[in-house]
Amino acid sequence: MPAVQVMRSVQVMRSEWTKVRTVASTVWTLSVAAVVTVALGMLISYLSRRDFASMSAEEQLTFDPTFISFAGTSLGQLAMIVFGVLVVSNEYSTGMIRTSLAAVPQRGTFLFGKIAVAAGLSLAVGMVTSFAAFFLGQAVLGPYRAHIGDPGVLRAVFGGGLYMTLIAVFSMGVAAMLRGPLLSLGILMPFFFLISNILGNVSATKKVGRYLPDQAGNRILRVSPLLDPTPYGPWGGLGIMVLWVLAALAGGFLLLKRRDA
Amino acid sequence: MVALTKRYGEKVAVDHLTCAVRPGVVTGFLGPNGAGKSTTMRLILGLDRPTSGRVTVDGRRYDRIREPLKDMGALLEARGAHGGRSAFHHLLALAQSNGVPTRRVHEVLETVGLTAVSGKKVKSFSLGMSQRLGIAVALLGDPRILMFDEPVNGLDPEGIHWVRTLMQSLAAEGRTVFVSSHLMSEMALTAGHLVVIGQGRLLADLPMEEFIRRHSRSYVRLRSPEVERLLDVLHTAGIAVARAPDGALEVAEGDAARLGELAAAHRLVLHELSPQRASLEEAFMRLTARSVEYHSHPGQPGGPAEAARDGAAWGADWKPRKGR
Repeated sequence: MPAVQVMRSVQVMRSEWTKVRTVASTVWTLSVAAVVTVALGMLISYLSRRDFASMSAEEQLTFDPTFISFAGTSLGQLAMIVFGVLVVSNEYSTGMIRTSLAAVPQRGTFLFGKIAVAAGLSLAVGMVTSFAAFFLGQAVLGPYRAHIGDPGVLRAVFGGGLYMTLIAVFSMGVAAMLRGPLLSLGILMPFFFLISNILGNVSATKKVGRYLPDQAGNRILRVSPLLDPTPYGPWGGLGIMVLWVLAALAGGFLLLKRRDA
Repeated sequence: MVALTKRYGEKVAVDHLTCAVRPGVVTGFLGPNGAGKSTTMRLILGLDRPTSGRVTVDGRRYDRIREPLKDMGALLEARGAHGGRSAFHHLLALAQSNGVPTRRVHEVLETVGLTAVSGKKVKSFSLGMSQRLGIAVALLGDPRILMFDEPVNGLDPEGIHWVRTLMQSLAAEGRTVFVSSHLMSEMALTAGHLVVIGQGRLLADLPMEEFIRRHSRSYVRLRSPEVERLLDVLHTAGIAVARAPDGALEVAEGDAARLGELAAAHRLVLHELSPQRASLEEAFMRLTARSVEYHSHPGQPGGPAEAARDGAAWGADWKPRKGR
């Protein structure tokens, strides 16, 4: 990339950083994501500790304390989705997009500058959240806890941060395609909260369901070998999720480039 | 702009528009609502893609300009800001995207008179304040070219006066100032050059003085209880006359003194003998009404072609619409 291009990208990213840090929705969505993920993880960890003795032998054998402490992710990720959607669709719902594109008419530079900044922020929040959820969850699990040095555990915790980031970036790509915040949220929220879970757990659709972005991506959060092993490993699962994210971004970019703003 | 055309499905918003906007003078971009003014401005900024034709800013496509706010500033219609962000942060983000120093943000806030409320969220702004914020965005990069879409909308009389003065001083500094309006009276006060469009087509592109000379038709109004006899007398004298809807007679470019003498010579009673001058507003209405007429009879020979032959000042690029 020529130096001029790099300079332009840096300008756009500085601008986008100013934009993202100066609206209230950023603080709200990200802090809700962190608090819900950690708190719900701690609650489930507490309940698991209490019920451990009454579990079957098989359940005890496959007990995955790391994964238990990430139980809050299923709900916390919804706030990450809201963050991802709002970062992009706010431009459209407020009319800011015209001002933004008049200032940065190079639409690719604009979109990817925005997404890079928002993804970086998601990654920072996601990592802190993931490590906090792990350590606090393990503290609650007490005698049944895992250690960060155990095989696969550090990968799962690190992967937790990546998972949160990818969910947010996927939402940004979808919002760039759909523009409106209501439409984007109306599709993404029920999809990740309900549909994906149903498709992933009903035996008839399981084989397809596990290739959905969240189902494949959250394989990285598991440390114990699964009862129902997936055809991909933890990184393979994350790789599938990355492909989904790239597809969403490509769709968002192509539409933004071709469309009238 | 060269043969700039934009279609939204079946509807043609901008139709083979060709014109150039020059520096050092306020160019008024005039047309009734829905004439395609805002669309044209969006095409200039590359927000919308032209269906055909091209538009350039200093010879370059807008999206090829690296730091466009330094070359051209624009105020578009409606609000273009996130309501939850403060005016200062709104300007700061835009300044950063074009390498404009933060100092300049304070300067433009001062210029538009929003310094005191720069920390307030944009959603608390009145329409007039939002309009001032939009003007601040346009001025941010200290550009040589400025484009304002209906800048006096929502402003109070003091604000309107301020905008007029600002535009004239920007033009006096040698900048190119392109301002749209649907009000002839507004343009008459600020613009030195006029571009008039109707139904997306160029109707006139000429200096303001020229427009006034051509279009502010003067005539003499005559009223008499003996209309028929007066008509005979005028006819015999070889004076063309038109009847106004209220029964009065109008003599285009007539000489009131001569008409009075003529009436006296024939012992005619006159109830009115008054020289009139059609306002620019009327001239504008006549001009744009004609575009509506052409529109409803596409491909009709006569009038439009004549206007096209009238040279650069008129719709030089007028073409009969094809394939509709």
